[in-house]
Amino acid sequence: MVRRLPEFLMIWVPLLLSAAHLISFSIWTIWISFTPSTLVPVSGWVGLRNYNAVLASRNWQIAFDNLLLFGIAFVLLSLITGLLLAILLDQRIRGENVLRTIFLYPLAVSFVVTGTVWSWLLNPGIGIEKLVHDLGWTAFRFDWLVNRDMAIWTIVIAAIWQSSGFAMALFLAGLRSVDADIIKAAQIDGAGPFRTYRRVILPTLWPITITVVVVQLQFAISAFDLVRALTNGGPGIATQLPALVVYDLMFQRSQLGRGAAAAVLMLLILLAVLLPYAAWRYVQRRQATHA
Amino acid sequence: MRDRSFAPSRILIYLIVTLFAAAYLAPLVVVVLNSLRTNEEIAQSSMIGWPQHLAWSNYALAWSGFCVAETCAGIRPYMLNSALITIPATVISTLLGAIAGYAVALWRFRGDNWIYGIVTLGLFLPQQMRLLPWTIVLRDIGLINTLTGLVLIHTIQGLSFTVLFCRNYYVAIPHELIRAARVDGAGFFRIFWRIILPLSSPILIVTVIWQFTHIWNEFLYGVTFTTGQQQPVTAALIALSAAVADIPQHGVQSAAVIVAALPTLLIYLFGGRYFVRGLTAGAVK
Repeated sequence: MVRRLPEFLMIWVPLLLSAAHLISFSIWTIWISFTPSTLVPVSGWVGLRNYNAVLASRNWQIAFDNLLLFGIAFVLLSLITGLLLAILLDQRIRGENVLRTIFLYPLAVSFVVTGTVWSWLLNPGIGIEKLVHDLGWTAFRFDWLVNRDMAIWTIVIAAIWQSSGFAMALFLAGLRSVDADIIKAAQIDGAGPFRTYRRVILPTLWPITITVVVVQLQFAISAFDLVRALTNGGPGIATQLPALVVYDLMFQRSQLGRGAAAAVLMLLILLAVLLPYAAWRYVQRRQATHA
Repeated sequence: MRDRSFAPSRILIYLIVTLFAAAYLAPLVVVVLNSLRTNEEIAQSSMIGWPQHLAWSNYALAWSGFCVAETCAGIRPYMLNSALITIPATVISTLLGAIAGYAVALWRFRGDNWIYGIVTLGLFLPQQMRLLPWTIVLRDIGLINTLTGLVLIHTIQGLSFTVLFCRNYYVAIPHELIRAARVDGAGFFRIFWRIILPLSSPILIVTVIWQFTHIWNEFLYGVTFTTGQQQPVTAALIALSAAVADIPQHGVQSAAVIVAALPTLLIYLFGGRYFVRGLTAGAVK
């Protein structure tokens, strides 16, 4: 037994710490969401009161609407951008390595940096609008950052810039793994490039597309740093997102119970995305093993 | 369709990728140029412009001069904090992940699938679900507002990723190799050091790059659990933009942004190729 002690320490202690913190932290946060905790955690039971309060708040409603719009627009546009870039890079063009590096580098940069830089570019006073004004076209307007109705789109722009390279990398790998014989067969049958892509190559990309969608949606649901640095939820609360609401309730308004309830709601939104994905993966695996 | 001739369609392809490349590079170029322009110069025109003369002093100020809150030491102390958090957390979580991943993949033990399943749930659990519990835990063990506290968080949470990456890599190693070594009398760690580790460089590179960029770029825990001089550089950058909101200092701020982003950019430039290869190999399978 003593001889196996180092083994025990190196395998079991990290695994148990990791598993134990995940389970106990989740249960603890769920429990707090049902208590009347405000400044400090207290025991007690208030049923769904915290949930009702969060769901009824304007802050959460706007955050949820924003999440729907941001999630859908960001995922769709980054998919389209990523796929387009991947198809273009797949045409055996010169400088492919350099281009791939350029499209991927934003991934390495923190959302804080991305948010800060885009907040400058999109700021009408010092950014693109000011530049165009200085060039003499004074009627030009690009004030989305400070426009209540359009501000959420600035987050979409920055998020696409940051992570469409990820979609591109996965799609490109998918395009490259298509069997060359199938492509040749399609060409011998007289299919042009468009037809070959549409009928032969793109249908093989479904599994990758779903992976990309799930990863990007997961990012959209927990987006915090980018918004914090780009708009900080403003103007007003126009770009509020669930992750900001949780932080605000927990650490600025000292409403621990409600903050925990909002965090659990975020988890539920995430599960609504992940459970169908997990089910789909399960079916795929079973088909693969039976085939 | 994959020819190298110069048909009009190919010129169009080059035109489109060049435009995209310009759009992706533009923010970086703008920040680099601004880091070399004086604050007055930027204030007179816009953030987008060519430096009239190179103001290298922005970098000196950003590094060790300007003030965040009451302290005027630039971002140097915060860069050091980020390094002191990121390097140990990356090394420890990668090493423990490799050992645990090897144990789960090749050294079956009771309940291994269960515990592995629970650990990988950590990939999906939002940070917000763990914020309050970490606050309590850090306070109770006296690590709130310390770098050690953040190392602990990133190490434990990082295990979800490192165990997954390493386990998925190690399951492809033939079991016969392990069996033969055991017949020869080699134990758990001997096999790990002598057989597994020498085969591990591809996955260790991916894991280290992943952990390093994620921990360096992390913001939420940094801003929640540390204040003032203990903050990582991401949190300090936000504090800096709040501090200079009244008197804009975009030149210095740009230099600070470049310096803060440099470690992960360099890692990506030198290791990105291996990273993408590992990432896509896992996803396309």
